[in-house]
Amino acid sequence: MKFIGSLVAVLLLVLLAYLGVGVAGLRELFGVVLPYVSVVVLLLGIVWRVLCWAKSPVPFKIPTTCGQEKSLPWIKQNKLDNPSNGLQVVGRMILEILFFRSLFRNTRMDFRGGEEKVVYGPSKWLWIGAIAFHYSFLVVFFRHLRFFSEPVPWLVKLTQDVDGFFQLGVPAFYITTFVFIGAVGYLLLRRLFIPQLRYISLVNDYFPLLLLLGIGTTGFFLRHLFKTDVVAIKELALGLVSFGPKAPVEASWLFYCHLFLVCVLFMYLPFSKIMHLAGVFLSPSRNMPNNNRAVRHVNPWNYPVKVHTYEEYEDEFREKMYAAGLPVEKTPEQAAAEKSAGDNGDDASSGTDNKE
Amino acid sequence: MYDTGKILAGLVAFIVVATFPLWFTNLFGSPSARPVLELPKGEKKCVEDTEYMRHWHMNMLDQWRNEVVREGKRMYVSSDGRKFEMSLNKNCLKCHESRAKFCDRCHNYMAVDPYCWDCHVTPTGE
Ligand code: HEC
Ligand code: HEC
Ligand code: HEC
Ligand code: HEM
Repeated sequence: MKFIGSLVAVLLLVLLAYLGVGVAGLRELFGVVLPYVSVVVLLLGIVWRVLCWAKSPVPFKIPTTCGQEKSLPWIKQNKLDNPSNGLQVVGRMILEILFFRSLFRNTRMDFRGGEEKVVYGPSKWLWIGAIAFHYSFLVVFFRHLRFFSEPVPWLVKLTQDVDGFFQLGVPAFYITTFVFIGAVGYLLLRRLFIPQLRYISLVNDYFPLLLLLGIGTTGFFLRHLFKTDVVAIKELALGLVSFGPKAPVEASWLFYCHLFLVCVLFMYLPFSKIMHLAGVFLSPSRNMPNNNRAVRHVNPWNYPVKVHTYEEYEDEFREKMYAAGLPVEKTPEQAAAEKSAGDNGDDASSGTDNKE
Repeated sequence: MYDTGKILAGLVAFIVVATFPLWFTNLFGSPSARPVLELPKGEKKCVEDTEYMRHWHMNMLDQWRNEVVREGKRMYVSSDGRKFEMSLNKNCLKCHESRAKFCDRCHNYMAVDPYCWDCHVTPTGE
């Protein structure tokens, strides 16, 4: 049901683009207004979410550790899994962000050798799917800069050449187009066919995957099956970035559909789980060094607590306690002697103040 | 422990990178419109409709190449009945005389670099 709902939502978006451009001809709305609105929502949304996170206090130092902590000099520390300073944290974060290390460590419990035996083994499928998806997305996204820049940076051209390495077909099929669609498809099928995963999957899991799948397939169609005038699209893109856009009639409704789905993705992103793109930098369990014993972590919630120490208590009730025969740290005579000494001398009483 | 400095620096870096298309072309290039192509003087119509040529010329050339090299067929009959020799140089570049002022202007704009010219030499030697 959640899947069907998401599917219907994405199909409705496609229909909306078809009706909007194919039937009603609202090119300016879909080609100019929505792209601007969506980019503003995207950027301000991300900044706003990050500032909200930045404002939330981190009460405790809570790095998750997966290796030997820094200890005695002859015990080998696991610097990446249990970082003790900023540099090691940076190393850990780089591995996390670029290589999804914590996903790589994923394990899976299985029954093997008869029902009784429980076996834990590595499970890399999710990691492979995630890596393939994220990197192909990055490359596809980056290659799109050829529409948005003039002259086109050499790195974009190089990426195109490497990506079209097999020189299959004209225009060349890019490897990443297929990896992208394949990986999104895998991540979706995984949720649909593994019962435990289906049980925990929500609309906010299916919808972004289907949206991305829609963007990928419409993009593939645009390049290879139902072509459109890409020169006109570059004119539109350059118009958008130089604030003088004109939505072209030459572009097909399928292009506007591709663009519309991208706009929806941009507007949805700051309010969805895709915000993990900023969240991964801000997760305290990853970005804090495990140096609890060396550096005191002050809880920002701490407010000055009013305390009444035992010394103060005894000062207040010493006579009465002494009279009642209760044990006291200092007898009234001692206290009086110290007091006069303190009055005369300078710091003689400081020793007793700290006693708890 | 709010790490305000680091977070703000990160946000600024993010905005600079994310708005790359906004500043790059405006600062270091020019947001030029569709390139002006030098069209053949004497002719009015391409092999097929202009729109079709814009979208499908690469596939047409690909198909021609296969038919010539693999099947030895050299004649193409267009949808309106005209006959053309299926050839890059003896056809396209006969009408579109200058590759640099026609094909390349478009391709440079779109950052496509057909490898055909590694082997095929343009008649004018450009
Ligand atoms: C209207 C602009 C335009 C003109 C004029 C033009 N091309 Fe193209 N051509 C393109 C675009 C755009 C592509 C790439 C399509 C894409 O990447 O989506 C392309 C791709 C190609 C390709 C396939 C390249 C590859 O590696 O995929 C060949 C071959 C080609 N053009 C040949 C020619 C020749 C020969 C001429 C001149 C007779 C010419 N084109 C004129 C726009 C043009
Ligand atoms: C008979 C002469 C002739 C031949 C042969 C010819 N063209 Fe054309 N081509 C033209 C003319 C004339 C136009 C301009 C049509 C117009 O303005 O509507 C044109 C337009 C084009 C366009 C569209 C340019 C634009 O305005 O965006 C492309 C792309 C193109 N030709 C590619 C080719 C390719 C590739 C070949 C070889 C397969 C070829 N042409 C062969 C005459 C020719
Ligand atoms: C490895 C060198 C090489 C490359 C690269 C190459 N060709 Fe060719 N091409 C040939 C040879 C050799 C022939 C055969 C010539 C003949 O039999 O007339 C040929 C023939 C053709 C023909 C038909 C004959 C003619 O006169 O044009 C077409 C069309 C053609 N190629 C298009 C292309 C296109 C389009 C590309 C780029 C996508 C390309 N070729 C890249 C070598 C090459
Ligand atoms: C989240 C952002 C986007 C994603 C994931 C995406 C994805 C894709 C994919 C997978 C393709 C297939 C070809 C390829 O791999 O290059 C494609 C093609 C295409 N996309 Fe996008 N796209 C995005 C944004 C945009 C935007 C903003 C535009 C508007 C300019 C656009 C216009 C096009 C066009 C015109 C094609 C056909 C390209 C060609 O013929 O070479 N895309 N897209």
